[in-house]
Amino acid sequence: MKYIKFLIIGVLFGIILSKAEVISWYRIYEMFKFQSFHMYGIIGSAVVLGAIVLYFVNKGSIKSSIGKKIYIEPKKKGFSKNMFGGILFGLGWALIGACPGPMFILLGRGSVAIAIAIFGGLLGSFFYYAVKGKLPH
Amino acid sequence: MILNPWPWYVAGPLIVLVMFLLLYFGKRFGVSSNFDTLCAMGGAGRFVDFFNFDWRKKAWSLLFLLGTVVGGFISVQWLTPDPTIAISPETVKDLSALGFSNIGSQYLPTEIFGTDTMWSLKGFLILIFGGLLVGFGSRYAGGCTSGHAIMGLSNFELPSLIAVIGFFIGGLTMTWLLFPFIF
Repeated sequence: MKYIKFLIIGVLFGIILSKAEVISWYRIYEMFKFQSFHMYGIIGSAVVLGAIVLYFVNKGSIKSSIGKKIYIEPKKKGFSKNMFGGILFGLGWALIGACPGPMFILLGRGSVAIAIAIFGGLLGSFFYYAVKGKLPH
Repeated sequence: MILNPWPWYVAGPLIVLVMFLLLYFGKRFGVSSNFDTLCAMGGAGRFVDFFNFDWRKKAWSLLFLLGTVVGGFISVQWLTPDPTIAISPETVKDLSALGFSNIGSQYLPTEIFGTDTMWSLKGFLILIFGGLLVGFGSRYAGGCTSGHAIMGLSNFELPSLIAVIGFFIGGLTMTWLLFPFIF
């Protein structure tokens, strides 16, 4: 199974976000209330260190597992899609205190209620592609 | 030490390690596209043409997702002897004012995630509507916290900066303006 490594990386990600309490609804509420540095420290340190790593990746000094230059596919441009999509996402993120990664980690922690939110997420994805042509991008 | 909550300066760099490992194996860090893949697997292509892609090509991502579920299970079983969340006293005060109780006694508030709440009409609507916004918004914006906020900002991508500003406009509106009407 050549894909087993991705399962292991996923386990690592699940444990990190769990142990750092990123998956706690309270931490997200606290973040949007600006009452703790915790979440800003996590995102901020990840972005700063990530930028250093990606500098060397984009320069070609860090190669992929098969020795090739790593190509990072850029995100699609467009103000409306990123802004309006972002706002809708933010409303949901603050309400249920979980973004997609934490939703699945919480499922693994045994939360039954989060399964309803995950089902909502699937509906959201379905509706988006159903009405995509009518939305500004 | 591993059993205590991990501070931000441990978690942030470890998230970068996850992002780097995925890049090293030729993949871009991101979680929300799995919603599309799961819809495609479930047969959504019969109704919306977009979902007629070969979801098997995203098998690596589904395995990553399955890994996060396993990671959650491992942490709750063996790595979290104390599930309390040490949130700030101001947050506790604000949540009490909204009518929350036992604040921070576990990862999730029973006011939203409790078994009785989730099957009440209001509780069910909060969960499904919140999830719907996350799913719709992340696919509209083409990414979520991992793909835009961590990966995209690290890579100095303008679309990600716009999306993250959107995340905060939405999040702040919900927390500051709408919560008093919901709770």
